Amino acid sequence: MSAATTVYVPCDSAALAVGADALAHAIDAEARARGVPLRIVRNGSRGLFWLEPLVEVAGADGRHAFGPVDVADVGALFAAGFPDPHAAGLAAHPLARGRIDEHPYLKRQQRLTFARAGITDPRSLPDYVAHEGYQGLARAATMTPEEIVAEVTASGLRGRGGAAFPTGIKWQTAQRATAATKYVVCNADEGDSGSFADRLLMESDPFVLIEGMTIAGIATGATMGYIYVRSEYPHAVRALEAAIRAARDAGYLGRDVGGSGRDFDLDVRMGAGSYVCGEETALLESLEGKRGVVRAKPPLPALQGLFGKPTVINNVVTLATVPIVLARGAAFYRDFGVGRSRGTLTVQLAGNVRHGGLIETAFGITLRELIDDWGGGTASGRAARAAQVGGPLGAYLPPAQWDVPLDYEAYAAVGAVLGHGSIVVHDDRADMARLARYAMQFCADESCGKCTPCRIGAVRGVEVIDRIIAGRDRPRQIALLRDLCDTMLSGSLCAMGGMTPYPVMSALNHFPEDFNTEGKTDVPGHRASPHPHRAA
Amino acid sequence: MQNTIEDAVGASIERHRTRPGGLLPLLHEIQEHLGFVPPDRLGEIAQALNLSRAEVHGVVTFYHHFRTTPPPALRVQVCQAESCQSMGAEALTRHVAAKLGCEMHGRSADGRIGLEPVYCLGLCAQSPALSINDEPHARVTPQRFDRLLAAATRATGR
Repeated sequence: MSAATTVYVPCDSAALAVGADALAHAIDAEARARGVPLRIVRNGSRGLFWLEPLVEVAGADGRHAFGPVDVADVGALFAAGFPDPHAAGLAAHPLARGRIDEHPYLKRQQRLTFARAGITDPRSLPDYVAHEGYQGLARAATMTPEEIVAEVTASGLRGRGGAAFPTGIKWQTAQRATAATKYVVCNADEGDSGSFADRLLMESDPFVLIEGMTIAGIATGATMGYIYVRSEYPHAVRALEAAIRAARDAGYLGRDVGGSGRDFDLDVRMGAGSYVCGEETALLESLEGKRGVVRAKPPLPALQGLFGKPTVINNVVTLATVPIVLARGAAFYRDFGVGRSRGTLTVQLAGNVRHGGLIETAFGITLRELIDDWGGGTASGRAARAAQVGGPLGAYLPPAQWDVPLDYEAYAAVGAVLGHGSIVVHDDRADMARLARYAMQFCADESCGKCTPCRIGAVRGVEVIDRIIAGRDRPRQIALLRDLCDTMLSGSLCAMGGMTPYPVMSALNHFPEDFNTEGKTDVPGHRASPHPHRAA
Repeated sequence: MQNTIEDAVGASIERHRTRPGGLLPLLHEIQEHLGFVPPDRLGEIAQALNLSRAEVHGVVTFYHHFRTTPPPALRVQVCQAESCQSMGAEALTRHVAAKLGCEMHGRSADGRIGLEPVYCLGLCAQSPALSINDEPHARVTPQRFDRLLAAATRATGR
C-alpha cells in the first residue's frame, strides 16, 4: 500500500465512553510499529451505538466498518490485513461489518437532519461545506425574511423538542414583532432519559446547528443567538465552541454572514443540572442568570422572550433541520411523513434493547417495528414489558399498544406523547409501580416550585404511591392518585407538573398488577424501596 | 489557598460582570477554577453584578451543579435515570457504593472519592452509564467500574 489509508475513529461521547480515544491511540501505535501508513480522522458517530467504537476504513467502494472494536482487538485486526478493507482475512474477521452504507440499520433510514453524522469530521468546516453544508444559508441569503419563513412553514416542520408547535408560525410571530434587538435561542438542555439526538448532533455535526440558527436569525431579524447546553454534555460544549470559532473565522458568523448582508453571532451557555430548564421559559430565565423558574405565558417568548425581547426558541433538532429545508426546498421535506406529522422523526432507541441507537425515519413507523426489527428485542433476551416514549414525562406503552403509528396526533389519541422521540425499553423485570413512584419523585426533585400542583402535588404523589404499594387503604388511595394526577395535568404551569401524570397513570392503567392489586399489606419485595435520593 | 480564591473570584467577576446574563457563566468559571463556589464570596459577586446577596444565593442553590464546598479529588456520578434503571443501574450503584464504602452523596473513608447521582448523560443506548470527573463511561459493568476507578485513582496521583 503506497498512499495512506484513511481510518475513522469517532470522537462522539458515545464512542469516547467506550474507549474510542485509547483505541485511536492503539491503532496509530500499531500502524507505526508495522510501518503501515494511515491517516486517522476523528469523525462523529453514525448512531449505531451498540457497535461503538465503530471504526471505518476508506476503501475504493466506500467505507468499511468494524465494531465494536476494543483496544485488545487491534493487533488481530492488523494481522488480518487492517486497514486494507479488501484483504481476505480482514473481511472474514468477526468484527467486520461490511460496507457501512449497506448496513440495514442505516440503509432503511431517511437521514435528512442527521445526513452527515458519522461521515464528516465535526471540527472541519471544509468537510461540512463539501457535504452540502451552508447551501441552505446560501439560498436563504437570496430570499426575503418573509420568503424564508414561508418556506419553513410550508415544509410542515414542527418543534422537535416535544411540543410539536409549527416552527414557521413561531418564526413569523418573532419576525413581525417590532424591536431593535431580537434573539434566537437553541434549547440544547436535553435532560430526558433516553434522549441523545441533540448531543449526537452537536458533537457529530455542530455546523448544521450553527447554520440553522443563522438562517433563523436572518429570517426573524435576530442578530444574536444563544445555545443553552446542559452541563452534563461537556463534549458537546467543546464541539460547539470549536465550530463557532471556525464559522466565525470563515465569515459564516459575525458581520454580513455568508454574504447575506445581515449580522449574526452565537454564544454557548452552559446549564447547571436543572431538568426544568429544558422548559423554554425556565431556560430563558436561566440564560438571564436567574433561577430556572417557569414563566407564565402569555407573553409568548416570540414577543417577549430573552431579556424581554422577541425570541425564537427552538430545539436542536428543529434548528438543525432548517438548512436542508432551505437547501432542498419545503416540498422535498414535507414529502416525508404522514398526516400532519411531516418530515422525519428522530427516534432514539434506548434502555434494555440489543441494538440501541439513532433512527431518523419518516413519521408513521411503529414501536413494534422499531423495538423488534431495528432494536432486535431486549438486551437481556427477556420479554419486553413496557416502553416509555418521550422521556421521563412520557407514557409507558405496553406491547398491546406498539402498533400505533408514531405520529403526534395518533399518540395523543392514546394518551401518549412522542416528545423528543426517545424510546426506553424495559424488560419483564420492571416494577411499574416503582417507575411511577420514580416519575413523581423526579418531579418533586426537579420542580421549579412556582406552581402548587407541581411543587406540592409531586410530593403528595410519592406519598400516595407509597401507600398504594404498601397496601394501605388501597382503593381510596388509587382514587386519590387519579384525582391528584388530574389536578397536576390541568393545573400546572408547564409540562413538568402537567405531564408527570403520563408515566404515572399509564403505569397504573396498563400494569395494575404492579400496584399491589391483591391488596396485600407489606408484601416483601413490593414495599416502596428507598430510592437514591437527590439532594435539593 | 486564600490568595488563590481571591484571585480566581476577582478575575472571574471582572470578566463576566457586564456580560448579559453573566451570573451563570461567572459561577461556572469560579467552580471550574476552584472546584466550588465559596459561599463567603457571594456578597462580592452580588455587589459586582448589582444583585442582592439573596438573589445570588438563590441561583447557587437552585442548580444541582453548583457546590459550595470543595469537591472530592474524584467525583463518581452514577446515572439513576430510567434508561440506566432498565439496564441494572441499581445493582451497579450498589456495587459502586460498596466499593467506595459510602452511600449516595457520601464520600469514601479517606474523603477523596465522592459518589453522586446524575440524571442522564445522554448515553442511553449504552446503559448503564456513569462519569468520573465528568468523563463519561458507558456499558459499565462492576468489573469495568473497578478498572476505571483504578485508572482514575492512578491519574489523580493517589
